[in-house]
Amino acid sequence: MKVRVRYFASIREALGAGETLELPADATVALARATLIERGGAHAAALAHGKALRHALDQVLCDESARLAEGAELAFFPPVTGG
Amino acid sequence: MAAPRVTIQTADFDLGAEVAALRAGDPGVGAVASFVGTVRDRNGGQGVQAMELEHYPGMTEKAIEAMIDAALQRFDIRAARVIHRVGALRPLDQIVLVAVTSAHRGAAFQACEFLMDYLKTQAPFWKKEHTPEGACWVDARVSDDAALARWGIAAGNAGPAP
Repeated sequence: MKVRVRYFASIREALGAGETLELPADATVALARATLIERGGAHAAALAHGKALRHALDQVLCDESARLAEGAELAFFPPVTGG
Repeated sequence: MAAPRVTIQTADFDLGAEVAALRAGDPGVGAVASFVGTVRDRNGGQGVQAMELEHYPGMTEKAIEAMIDAALQRFDIRAARVIHRVGALRPLDQIVLVAVTSAHRGAAFQACEFLMDYLKTQAPFWKKEHTPEGACWVDARVSDDAALARWGIAAGNAGPAP
């Protein structure tokens, strides 16, 4: 299945605004992250495990166990700093 | 059409006009509490010349709408309004407005602080500061997570996920 990945703030600066990602059906956010890290280079650095990173599925904050569906919008971004 | 509760904009805002609009036509209002956040010229000892605020269009509005719903459930308030600016800002500029109306002051004070604490750690905004040493993204503060924890909500933003 295909999901739409979006990046914000420092991660957007490293990887661009977003991309389409092909994943097996029922993939989780954790699998999406691992798949992107496997590409190496800027992806491995920006999304590295242990780095403070938050994610949203279809524009709602979620944890890494959240399951993705075809056409989902998955966003990766650093901790938020508004207000 | 009902007035918007949440606006994300590059333009400045007028606290007086927003408060007037929020309480207009509601004689049940006996208290208005508001908070305005502004750009400081220093952060952590570093001079700040300018700032850029990025957000996640769509999600940001939805997240703050949900926070207002939570505040309406939790406190005896009548209405709430949030405006957050994005784009290029400079020291002295206004960044964020939270205003709340209620019959009595306690609920308005509490809900205003609740909304700010919530927004700080759960609304997708990111600040980039320009200093004489260069530009850098602002780090999230553990103290902001602690502020939300006072309301019984785990933030999981700056600190480890719950």
